[in-house]
Amino acid sequence: MMTKLTRLLTGVATAAMILAGAGGASAAECIAPADPGGGWDFTCRTVGRLLYDLKIAEEPVQVTNMPGGVGAVAYANVMSKRPSDADLIVATSTVGVTQIAQGKYPADTDVMRWIGMLGTDVGVIVVPKDSPYKSLSDLMDAYKKDPASVVAAGSSGAGGWDHIRLLMVAKAAGMEADAFKQIRWVQFDGGSPAVTQMIGGQVQVVTTDLGEVAGFVESGDIRILGTLSDEPVPAFPDAPTAKSQGFDVTGYNWRGFYTGGEVSDADYQKWVDTMKKLYDSPEWKKAAEGSGLVPIWRGGAEFETYVGEQAEQMRQISKDIGVM
Amino acid sequence: MEILSSLADGFAIAATPTNLLFAVFGCFLGTIIGALPGIGPVNGVAILIPIAFALKLDPTTILILLSCIYYGCTYGGRIASIMLNIPGDASSIMATLDGHPMAKAGKASEALAISAVASFIGSSVATLGLTLFAPFLAKAAIYFGPSDYFALYVLAFAMISGLGGANPWKMLLAGFIGLMLSSVGLDPGTGMARYTGGSFNLYDGFDPIVAIVGLFAISEVLLYLETATHASGSLVPMGKAIPRFREMLPGLGASFRGSLVGFVSGILPGAGASQGAYMAYVIERRFSNKNNTFGKGDPRGLAAPEAGDNAAAGGALIPMLTLGIPGSGTTAVMLAMLVSLNIQPGPLLFERQPQMVWGLIASLYIANIVLLVMNIPLVGLFTRMLTMPQWILMPFIIIVSFLGVYSISHSTFDLMVMIGFGVLGYIFRKLDISLIPLVLGMLLGADMENNLRRALSISNGDFAILVQSPIAATLYSLTALILLGAFALALLKSRRERLDTTEVED
Repeated sequence: MMTKLTRLLTGVATAAMILAGAGGASAAECIAPADPGGGWDFTCRTVGRLLYDLKIAEEPVQVTNMPGGVGAVAYANVMSKRPSDADLIVATSTVGVTQIAQGKYPADTDVMRWIGMLGTDVGVIVVPKDSPYKSLSDLMDAYKKDPASVVAAGSSGAGGWDHIRLLMVAKAAGMEADAFKQIRWVQFDGGSPAVTQMIGGQVQVVTTDLGEVAGFVESGDIRILGTLSDEPVPAFPDAPTAKSQGFDVTGYNWRGFYTGGEVSDADYQKWVDTMKKLYDSPEWKKAAEGSGLVPIWRGGAEFETYVGEQAEQMRQISKDIGVM
Repeated sequence: MEILSSLADGFAIAATPTNLLFAVFGCFLGTIIGALPGIGPVNGVAILIPIAFALKLDPTTILILLSCIYYGCTYGGRIASIMLNIPGDASSIMATLDGHPMAKAGKASEALAISAVASFIGSSVATLGLTLFAPFLAKAAIYFGPSDYFALYVLAFAMISGLGGANPWKMLLAGFIGLMLSSVGLDPGTGMARYTGGSFNLYDGFDPIVAIVGLFAISEVLLYLETATHASGSLVPMGKAIPRFREMLPGLGASFRGSLVGFVSGILPGAGASQGAYMAYVIERRFSNKNNTFGKGDPRGLAAPEAGDNAAAGGALIPMLTLGIPGSGTTAVMLAMLVSLNIQPGPLLFERQPQMVWGLIASLYIANIVLLVMNIPLVGLFTRMLTMPQWILMPFIIIVSFLGVYSISHSTFDLMVMIGFGVLGYIFRKLDISLIPLVLGMLLGADMENNLRRALSISNGDFAILVQSPIAATLYSLTALILLGAFALALLKSRRERLDTTEVED
């Protein structure tokens, strides 16, 4: 009886170990540099599932969660221990590049090979349905009159991507950089908690990704003042872009992958092709749109340049607004 | 009536043979996962998601499987707490207080049975609450602002002395050390690293699960090593294998009280199940501890937190489904899975996907009954654990702890952290300081700080905001009353003792 129990328990423990990825052999591995449940986890799991479902990958893709330092732990790990592992990809996004730009990762963007982005979340500025602000101009006028008059919130801390996106609009509206520090910013653990607290009257405006809060827009609890995209978002064609209101700002949060810096050109190209193939499938379009992402492709050399430029741009903004 | 017909539809969806099979499988697996130290419901659910996808199950079946594992883990977590004094997961730390003393006194099977029934009651109350009031209760999370959450955590800390224990100052000290440890890592407000010594490994702070495994499991082994030379035979007397029905009854009232407390705490996103179990215990202790039996194996001290833990797990599903806010780590994983299945949780979920929601709720009723039926006979199996000689049991605990922690994080650094906490736990135990306030401080500290920070960001640094909301003001009044009550009671007691001694002298 006793040995049976022992065997059972060790069996389960070992099985759990293997399933969790400790025993993975040749199958592709995707590191989600966050706890289960976040955006990077979603990127790995959805892409991994579709690659296998669509037979682009022969074996199921192992997803490993490696949380820490907003992706810095995974970055350091790949950089030092697995720079030439051709079976490894790591999920990342604009948030990761923000961290790199602000010097919060162990190295710059050039130590990795950037495979591509498959879709992007669109930044939005939202208010409760009964808010006095009817347009972005209303909100910006209020900020210009008194920067401390409106409390804003989002899912990042001060100097994070949600905060920066709001300040980019303020900059486009002609606010002085000195006034930025007076804008009150509150951090919540995600877009939904921020919006919920806004509906409860704790804060007046939220800047975050549309995907997470789309349900509240559909139900009519909140209104979109402006989407930070070039074109209106397909899911909400009536929501005006910031651009159409005279603020030339885009605030995408793309989802994509990098791999180690010493992966060979051939293996790197194989990953780029794999991801392009996935991007072209109707299944990916459906999965992306279902979770509020707009499918946009940038891959290979084009993507590497894009990431480098974005990091440079953010470094500039961070200095402008005084978070660096 | 509308609810009843929706629920009937739900049962029609959940009660297909495939779904029932997965429900039973999920319950069993959940119980085992919950019982293993380190591997909690979060990992259980996260590990099974890829398997569920690989099997190409339909979304309702996947959700049923995962919910059954979730409920199963909250049942299983108590087993190691009671039998070994090692909590299977964060929310079952409270079950060590009275559960383990019961097992030590040869009442292991009663303790397991009572806690199984308490878990059942807790889950049932929560599931019923979810059925009847979900959309309505979702509002609670909307009206609870940062300053209210902060007040709630202050109340929780004021009640630490309600845990019992020899010295309230030691309890408070342990709580504050826990709070200090929770401030290690990246500051979420500004992104600055605090107390990390420049190591990326500490950017996310100490994982409470790793700390709990170290504090309880590793320190247990260290304590054993110290006495190993003369220890022999089994840990505790075994008692009967299968409990009689009558023996499951004590603690029924406590279970219902604990369920209510746990449910309320589950609805509020934040600490979730751990806080539910903790509040249920301290309130029950205040309510029922007339003869000073708590902490020494009082069935009510076991039933209340177990019911609270399970009720909070059920309650946490409400903000997850209706607002898309996870109330606990496990619901965060389930939320991610829903999203990857193209199901958007939020205010419209009940209208858009009624089949999925009601299928889930029906499956929770089924899971609950399956778990109760499964857990009573399993009592016999688990009590045998105690007949294991120490020289097998102790290495086994070490193996499971290391495997469990490594399987969550794939980091040898976390193994070192676990050993560090093991040594800390050993020192605490030697100094007779309770580990529970330490863990509570670590679990609640980050949320407490973040909400204080948020409240002050909103008010631009004006501390008045902390007491301006009616909810916060009520919570502070309650805190003051409790502290005053405890003070008055202590004063009364010491005077009576003095009177007693003078009488003797006369």
